[in-house]
Amino acid sequence: MNPDKLSLFLGCIIPNRYPGIEKATKLCLDKLEIDWIDLPNASCCPAPGVFRSFDRSTWLAIAGRNISISEELERDILTICNGCYGSLADANNKLKNSEKLKEETNQHLKQINKELRGTIKIRHIIEYLYREFGPEDINERVEYPLNFNVALHYGCHLIKPSGERNLGNVERPEFFDELIESTGASSLDYPDKMECCGAGGGVRSALHDKALDITNHKLSQIKNRGVDCIVNACPFCHMQLDSGQAELGEKFGIDYEIPVLHYTQLLGLAFGYTPAELGINLNYVKNQTFLDKLEETITEQ
Amino acid sequence: MPESDLSEELKKTGVDILKCMQCGVCSGSCPSGRQMSLNIRKIIKKAYTNDKNILTDKDLWMCTTCYTCQERCPRGIKIVDGIYKIRTVAVREGTMLSEHRKVSHLLLETGHAVPINEETKQKREQLGLDSLPETVSKHPKALDDVKIILKSCKFDELVSKKE
Ligand code: SF4
Ligand code: SF4
Repeated sequence: MNPDKLSLFLGCIIPNRYPGIEKATKLCLDKLEIDWIDLPNASCCPAPGVFRSFDRSTWLAIAGRNISISEELERDILTICNGCYGSLADANNKLKNSEKLKEETNQHLKQINKELRGTIKIRHIIEYLYREFGPEDINERVEYPLNFNVALHYGCHLIKPSGERNLGNVERPEFFDELIESTGASSLDYPDKMECCGAGGGVRSALHDKALDITNHKLSQIKNRGVDCIVNACPFCHMQLDSGQAELGEKFGIDYEIPVLHYTQLLGLAFGYTPAELGINLNYVKNQTFLDKLEETITEQ
Repeated sequence: MPESDLSEELKKTGVDILKCMQCGVCSGSCPSGRQMSLNIRKIIKKAYTNDKNILTDKDLWMCTTCYTCQERCPRGIKIVDGIYKIRTVAVREGTMLSEHRKVSHLLLETGHAVPINEETKQKREQLGLDSLPETVSKHPKALDDVKIILKSCKFDELVSKKE
């Protein structure tokens, strides 16, 4: 399989709630001259926290359908969400490694004339950019180096379970920080940096307020550090950290006002696209200080 | 499957909880344990003593699947795989939180856990994107395929409310 040919898997939250991330990703992929297409006819990955928790066969069959569409196109799948990555990569590995599971899954897929063969890889944009380009290459392509102080939120399923991901140390990883710094920004350490946003595992959907407690803790650590923005690579974390701030404001009067960006939105800014082109203005959190600082950086160059 | 032996079921999925030495590294690392009543060490203990109460215990659904415990477990137990497994047994035996039933019905109807809405369609247009993404949202035939698979897996029966 040619690693340079990709199909973009959108998932649910990006196209259906945060389309700015979809737009930013597409602009960045074009700028990097990556051969990509939208994965046609895709559904929910399916969301691992809920559907994988409910029924393994359903999880594997729905994931298998999405994967088989990309196999037909002879393209690896590019995900831009930790949840989609975790779900599709874990399902793909399980199906590749077990004839029995593959056969069971194909029994379901046969009914729609599809078959999972096990010929492609599932990629996540962060590990893809790190492995196929590298921070130095990205840095050379940046046109408007940013001077933001960033609180990076890796999110859990980008790097864990480590046995499946092979991205190195999960306690103090650095590869994503390096990609942040390749845009000119600084990635600041903060306590509990590797802690969960609170949304995963079906907790956000069923125990909403509990999820928000975890988010509040995370945001308070970030606020104390004093940063210009949070950067993530997962729309589920993104939604939890962005809309979570609005909820914390309404419920408890806590105003963090920390802008939340997906990495492709940060990279898009460094490529010279405007916040409006990247959909950053469509977030819940609006922060004029952030936009002013960006404006200053751009006009100085 | 009321007579399920949990620790045997788990072992079949590659999760050998009998290796657990109750050290508490997992619960000490757990973000959900800090904010909620979840005690993952106790869940593991109940699973290996085959205590069926965990199947209806709400704590089982407080895990965010962050994998911190699994990464740190000194005995290398695949704790999160275990949670997934125990949850699927719980669902099979009829325990499901109401919000989880709702999200399952969204999948059955729309092929998405979070379906498109009017507000997002407008945002998409504002960004110069097509108002509908290239997913099952735009392609009814593809959505039918998803529905066929869900039916084939009997997912509709699984998530319909048990009387
Ligand atoms: S960390 Fe592992 S060995 Fe220790 S209590 Fe938890 S599951 Fe058992
Ligand atoms: S995976 Fe679940 S039980 Fe383990 S540390 Fe994370 S939230 Fe706690």
